[in-house]
Amino acid sequence: MTLARHLGAALVAAAVLAALSFQLGSYRDYQMAEIAAYVVAIAGLTVLIGLSGQISVGNGAFMAIGGYAGALLLLHLNWPVELVFAASIMIAAAGGAIFGVVAARLRGPYLAGATLMLAVALPSVADQYSGVFGGDQGLSVSIATPGFLGATFPPTRWLAWLTCAAALITLVGLANLGRSRVGRNWRAIRDDEVAASLSGLNVARLHVLAFVVSAACAGLGGALLAIVTGIVAPGAYTLTLSIGLLTGAVLGGLGSLLGAVWGSMVLVLVPGYLTDVASSHGLSGAASSSIPIAAYGVVLITVMLVFPAGIQGGLRRLFGPAAPAAAVPLNALRRRRPASEHQEEHTT
Amino acid sequence: MRRSHRANLAAVAAIAAVAMAAAACGSSSSSSSSGGALTASAPGITPTQITIGSHQPLTGVAAPGYDEIAPASDAYFQYVNAHGGIYGRKIVYKYLNDQYDPTITSTVVHQLVLQDNVYSIFNGLGTPTHLAVVKYLNDSKVPDVFVASGCDCWNDPGTYPYTFGWQLDYVREGKILGNYVAAHYKGEKVGYFYQDDEFGMDGVKGLNYEIPRSQVVASEAYNPTVTNVEPQVTALKAAGAQVVVAFSVPAFTALLKLISLKLSYAPQLVVSDVGSDPVTLAGLLQSYAKQGGATVSGNALTQGIITDGYLPSLGATGNSWIKLFTKIHNQYIPKLPEDFNTLYGIAVGYAFVQALLKAGRNPTRQDLVNAINGGLSQGFAVAPYAFSATNHDGITGGFMATIRNGVVDPIGPVLVTDTSPTGSITSYTTAQPAAPASGIPSP
Repeated sequence: MTLARHLGAALVAAAVLAALSFQLGSYRDYQMAEIAAYVVAIAGLTVLIGLSGQISVGNGAFMAIGGYAGALLLLHLNWPVELVFAASIMIAAAGGAIFGVVAARLRGPYLAGATLMLAVALPSVADQYSGVFGGDQGLSVSIATPGFLGATFPPTRWLAWLTCAAALITLVGLANLGRSRVGRNWRAIRDDEVAASLSGLNVARLHVLAFVVSAACAGLGGALLAIVTGIVAPGAYTLTLSIGLLTGAVLGGLGSLLGAVWGSMVLVLVPGYLTDVASSHGLSGAASSSIPIAAYGVVLITVMLVFPAGIQGGLRRLFGPAAPAAAVPLNALRRRRPASEHQEEHTT
Repeated sequence: MRRSHRANLAAVAAIAAVAMAAAACGSSSSSSSSGGALTASAPGITPTQITIGSHQPLTGVAAPGYDEIAPASDAYFQYVNAHGGIYGRKIVYKYLNDQYDPTITSTVVHQLVLQDNVYSIFNGLGTPTHLAVVKYLNDSKVPDVFVASGCDCWNDPGTYPYTFGWQLDYVREGKILGNYVAAHYKGEKVGYFYQDDEFGMDGVKGLNYEIPRSQVVASEAYNPTVTNVEPQVTALKAAGAQVVVAFSVPAFTALLKLISLKLSYAPQLVVSDVGSDPVTLAGLLQSYAKQGGATVSGNALTQGIITDGYLPSLGATGNSWIKLFTKIHNQYIPKLPEDFNTLYGIAVGYAFVQALLKAGRNPTRQDLVNAINGGLSQGFAVAPYAFSATNHDGITGGFMATIRNGVVDPIGPVLVTDTSPTGSITSYTTAQPAAPASGIPSP
């Protein structure tokens, strides 16, 4: 029932996006592909934070794992692109599982600290083993547009199709997962770990599972972004990317998959738009290159002030029915705090 | 929850559609017949304008110094525009900030090609960054002219027919520096200090072609994201290196110098021109020393460093090219320093104007490529260009120099060579032609 509804919605979205890809120019197709890649990664993060209540500042590292895995498979083994995506998901998920187990005892800021370490440390692996990973300049990735589309088919439209399809499949998968028993269990441990474990839930296992799902999404997002931009390089997976993903999730609305779409659009479209505005006003040199960064900060502050529950939360408040409390996970995170303090008292 | 989830997914499509449509806009160009009139002969060319684009590090780690290059090129284009333009067309130079991040490079170059519809990418800066887009530009048949990096990788006309280097490549530069060291420091112990990437490794390749292996006692690489180079300098000192050859960016040349001082180690420094601009170095030395609580004189510390140059020395104030540089600098970019970066920007802008004029009144993209394949006169460069249909390297040589009182002072003739292990290094005795009085090249 639920699955059918989600699939229906996804099919409608697919039709609209396909139509759009014909209407818009090549560069908009390229941006659409970039947005779709971010949607996949941010959707995984928003599920981790919004549903299971764990914070990760390190999902950029899982994107790096997926991106490099995809690039190496394409480069050396020439696998078909669907298999490359599947492999990127598996490899990043394995990375997420290992990290999830190691970090399973950490909570709140300590968990964030551990993921932060991952985000900072992992990119330098590429420098250490530059024979495999191409060092600082990375590896270039490219995929061919399939022959049946014809020689004149714009490559960026094919990229947009591929990434949007992957994004829609991911969103349907995550929406169903969120509505399944696993999703309900995640909400239970998010809201009160003690109560959840008294009810027979295995808290640690659920935490790790959430990490695995979010890492798998980040891995797929990383592989998608690699084929869109045509490169994997350590410079692309710095802490800035991880913070960017978190920003996208928070801006869009934590825990909301539609919020992930909003967040991705802000991340991809706003900086370019601000640069265009700055340069079309004839600003030059240092000013025009710094203004987009400053303005981006202003946008973030404004959104957080006006829409404390993210863009999706704000829209729901403005246009939708009365906001259901459970859909505002910031409240939930706040509610969780006494539970963890309580736990710390016991452990010390 | 049930209701809101359904609403969520159903709305994905609508929201994506509306927002992307709102952001959409497009541009196009048309081709038309040739003749006396100026036509829109290629993407980015209209009867009144030529739009070109670039990716540059305007903010971030690579920005200090390098962010002066594109404004300097733009200054030269404004000068040309004010003096008749390119057959009456004005050059519009749109350079976007990639923060030296290859992923952003890819995004901004897609924007320049697909949305801004540039005629050519010009002087895209950086090896790792530009490698991210070189295949895309060649697949799209967009001229990729005068990349701002000395990587030998731009010279691959079979694979990348649209890509051209410009500055003296690091292999040639390594050979010229190595040749000098082998001749002037015979039998002395030599150490290498180099950046652990294509830049440093190409340079070391050239050095090894010239310096006998038996003389090289230490080879220390540094990672540009790790600012602690004390282990490398300690190793160079322990190996007893009397001459240290550095393929380093300015920040790391400064660190090498300061840490050597701290360790009471005073080898003769021989530094690639990439990391030896005395103005940049003096500023860095003073600011780093200040952070460490010391006061130093930048010019005193750079005194005696051996380096090389492929553009006329800024100290040669009587040189017609330096006069042209100063004139344009003072008129258009008086607030930027008169250093190697601004000289570089104006010099490479001059080379591009040469190529544009040579491409003809109503050029296609291929015409620009053909024009450069046909060779360019050397302009600002002290040595000729290698450009031909089978060679896309730029400047083929330079002069050896020492830094004296904050100025690069030539100490020998201009030397030219190739990138092969055995290619000889010869003096280039033809005098550099003087700059045109108008400041604008003739086609």
